[in-house]
Amino acid sequence: MDGAAIYIMWRRQMTRFVRSKARIVASLAQPLLFLVTFGFGFSAVFRQAGAGNYIDFLAPGIVLMGIVFSSVFSGIEVMWDRQFGFLKETLVAPVSRIALMIGRTLGGATVAFLQGCLVLIVTLVVGFRPTSWWLLPAAFIVMALVAIIFTAFGTAMGARIKDMQGFQLIMNFIIMPIFFLSGALFPLAGLPAVMAAIVHIDPLSYGVDALRGLLINAAQFPLVLDFGILIVVAAVILSIGAYFFARIEV
Amino acid sequence: MNVIEVSHLSRSFGEVKAVNDISFDVAEGEIFAFLGPNGAGKSTTIKMLTTLLQPTSGTIRVNGHDPVTEPNAVRKSFGIVFQDPAVDDELTAWENMEFHGVLYGVPKTRRRARIDELLKFVELSDRANSQVKEFSGGMRRRLEIARGLLHTPKIVFLDEPTLGLDPQTRNHMWSYLQQLNKTDKTTVFFSTHYMEEAERVAQRIAIIDHGKIVAMGSADALKTKTGTESLEDAFLALTGSAIREEEGSSADRMRMVHRARRGR
Repeated sequence: MDGAAIYIMWRRQMTRFVRSKARIVASLAQPLLFLVTFGFGFSAVFRQAGAGNYIDFLAPGIVLMGIVFSSVFSGIEVMWDRQFGFLKETLVAPVSRIALMIGRTLGGATVAFLQGCLVLIVTLVVGFRPTSWWLLPAAFIVMALVAIIFTAFGTAMGARIKDMQGFQLIMNFIIMPIFFLSGALFPLAGLPAVMAAIVHIDPLSYGVDALRGLLINAAQFPLVLDFGILIVVAAVILSIGAYFFARIEV
Repeated sequence: MNVIEVSHLSRSFGEVKAVNDISFDVAEGEIFAFLGPNGAGKSTTIKMLTTLLQPTSGTIRVNGHDPVTEPNAVRKSFGIVFQDPAVDDELTAWENMEFHGVLYGVPKTRRRARIDELLKFVELSDRANSQVKEFSGGMRRRLEIARGLLHTPKIVFLDEPTLGLDPQTRNHMWSYLQQLNKTDKTTVFFSTHYMEEAERVAQRIAIIDHGKIVAMGSADALKTKTGTESLEDAFLALTGSAIREEEGSSADRMRMVHRARRGR
């Protein structure tokens, strides 16, 4: 029964995703812009510093950027559902709120994951060359974990905030810092101590590191640590999201 | 047998007592109207009956179950048409119905048959595969009514269901609900601002104002009680003629309460 609820919530997200072709294209614009401007802009400096090909270094971070933004967006759809009234339809159904939250999160995460795959294809077109293709399945797991973490985060926030202003606050004061401080754009070596400390508590850092380790063999942390942290963070955020979702009143 | 039993029910939002110690019963197979000016507490009461809001105090039984402790048992027993639209615009009419049927655990063959039958009844069969965002307000309403009946609920809650419907659609909807009420003994609980609607279809009427039930009985009983000629006059005699503030959305209300709390 609740399995069916999870499935239909997931299906709904899929149907909406397939119908929103304009949104799919639009959400590729930002990662592409970052990839092209930063990638080509800093390429010469990066090479001169002896750090190798910047596009290769940058691509995994850009893929995750696409996933993070798309995830938070999907998660925050709870807020739209509340405003357009559809949330009530799900809340009066004879299924547990946990099932609703999980179905919604898995749906949003799947959408974000597929967006991430599209961004990955774009990076390949721009010139990204992974060193080890055979690790791609492991890379997909990292992408899926990041998608789940940030969709659950978006759902938790969407259950609490009531309007677009709240959404802007979250994007500017939580999501942007998480992205910029994740080491997606720069190597961790030689950072000032305070910034290094912040990077280390940013969960996305471990996603970026794992993806870089798997795709271009340039991890700074042990892969086991990366996966361990991502899984723990996913579990914690899913629980928080479920907690907030269970307490929505409309 | 009473299918809805409410006793000493209250709900406060901060300092505001939206529903203040109300008690009433609705018998199985009854058509019961809930009338009241804007902000009287109608929607808050319906939300508590339908598990969307927790009461501050008092007890509720819907189909023998407590919405607070056994929400899913209660949820299975009713269908609801909300005051404001609650359909997914991006999905088609059929997909909205299918979504509902799966959430309510209606088996596939039965579900598909019911969807066809109900879409035909609300005359949306030819638009089944159109996205709801292309629908007019009246079409959405009809879709929601069809959806609320999909899982053959014992009780149907309608929160101002006929708002914005033309007389033809309104008439059509009520004749179907009255027929369901006769054949399946479906209980109908609805709120409305249209007095003639309440008078025509409801067997009993409760009038709520400032969170309290001020009168309850058949339309004739209410008219006799107030010594008036029409239900509208009885309503005005009971609730006064002062114009009420439009009831805000729950978000507005939460913001108001939030502000009030911080101001203290």
